[in-house]
Amino acid sequence: MRTRFQQGLDELRNRLLRMGGLAEQAVDRACQAYIDRDLARCQMVLEGESQINLIEREIDELAFDLLAMQQPMAVDLRFILAVTKINSDLERVGDQSVNIAERVMDMAELPKADLPVDIARMAAAASAMVRRSLESFIEGKAELAQAVLEMDNVVDRMKDEAFVRLVKTMNDRPEETRQALDALLIARNLERVADHATNIAEDVIFWVRGADVRHNVGNGLPAQQEASDT
Amino acid sequence: MGVGIKVEHLNAWFGKTQALHDINMDVPANHATAVIGPSGCGKSTYVRCLNRMHETIPDARAEGRVAIGTLDVYDGTPAVQIRRRIGMVFQKPNPFPTMSIYGNVAAGLKLNGFRDRRRLDEIVERSLRLSALWEEVKDTLHKQSGASLSGGQQQRLCIARALAVQPEVLLMDEPCSALDPISTGKIEELIFQLKENFTIVIVTHNMQQASRVAEFTGFFLLGKLIEFDKTEKIFTTPSDKRTEDYITGRFG
Repeated sequence: MRTRFQQGLDELRNRLLRMGGLAEQAVDRACQAYIDRDLARCQMVLEGESQINLIEREIDELAFDLLAMQQPMAVDLRFILAVTKINSDLERVGDQSVNIAERVMDMAELPKADLPVDIARMAAAASAMVRRSLESFIEGKAELAQAVLEMDNVVDRMKDEAFVRLVKTMNDRPEETRQALDALLIARNLERVADHATNIAEDVIFWVRGADVRHNVGNGLPAQQEASDT
Repeated sequence: MGVGIKVEHLNAWFGKTQALHDINMDVPANHATAVIGPSGCGKSTYVRCLNRMHETIPDARAEGRVAIGTLDVYDGTPAVQIRRRIGMVFQKPNPFPTMSIYGNVAAGLKLNGFRDRRRLDEIVERSLRLSALWEEVKDTLHKQSGASLSGGQQQRLCIARALAVQPEVLLMDEPCSALDPISTGKIEELIFQLKENFTIVIVTHNMQQASRVAEFTGFFLLGKLIEFDKTEKIFTTPSDKRTEDYITGRFG
């Protein structure tokens, strides 16, 4: 057993979990801020971004060191590659949360409009995808990740429906165009959050099974083992 | 050109101890194939069975079928004839210390009764060029002893000596383990070029080396072949948990 290497892998995993926690928290705060029109929460999301960015750099640096110093192979190599990609997706989840918070702040300055979209439901779905993709990483279980992939279509459909309805609102009630546009952008941000969760799930499958399932092109490799021991 | 090697149901013993168990591992022609595994796993024994070096050890014996191209290694063909077709390079460079560089490279041919001096010159030059040593020694071929070269140069001299008898297969048993990174890099580059004309089997403890030079890799454990596949498969997504545990350093 390579103790020092294993310690490095454990450290990488712990930092990614911390990153995942912050990204998940950012999405939830931004969505709750939309629901409650809560500017204080928006501010928390904005302030939290720098911490996410800092950890992103730390994770990349540690992964880079492990690649250079330990020459990982097989499941360890896949793990480190997956971590670097998940890291990048989580940072973007943080960015999307900031975008949502900014839109909420914009909406707060406008008269309240009764928009025909259920952003809260969409937010709950996207947030659940992030949470479950991170659970699949924690557990090292490809089947949990697979379930996340199947949720992506649901969020895509919600976004498409939101677009149709909000464009109609803009046509029917031009005075609410800004509010509708903000909601539309938030729907778009949430759809991107779901896409990042999908990417994370795909990376977990790559780590655990060595199978590249991106773009719906799996190579059909059988699971050799679950990777919870890494 | 190199030829493929077919190995079927190969078993080998040292006295009563069985070192190889029913190995079936074919080596494709004109490729480099790495054999990896922990100490005592049988990887060197496997390679030494390919050219019947194994039987040079007292009480050692082997059974099974090994075919180098169309030549059946264990059908009674004299071992010397087989070794002429299968060159071997060892862990520690072993040039003949009293011979010049030229003498070292020409030794195999002279032993076989080769006397045409002009042709011999051509073969020595060609072999030293193939082993990427020519430029470094061309002016001191007859003056300098093989043993006076650096470790890396000595190993390339041994490769030139093996190539001079124009084998079809080159077996390398840990050829870089005694060399510094620069010399190792030269040998690895050499392997990359040599496989155009030779079939190469390399035993190595260095997994990065296996992944750098070989297209195929076999993993041995306790005298058994656990997994044989394309090198990138072995080092990224091995099929067997034992292979994965070994190459990720979880044992061995």
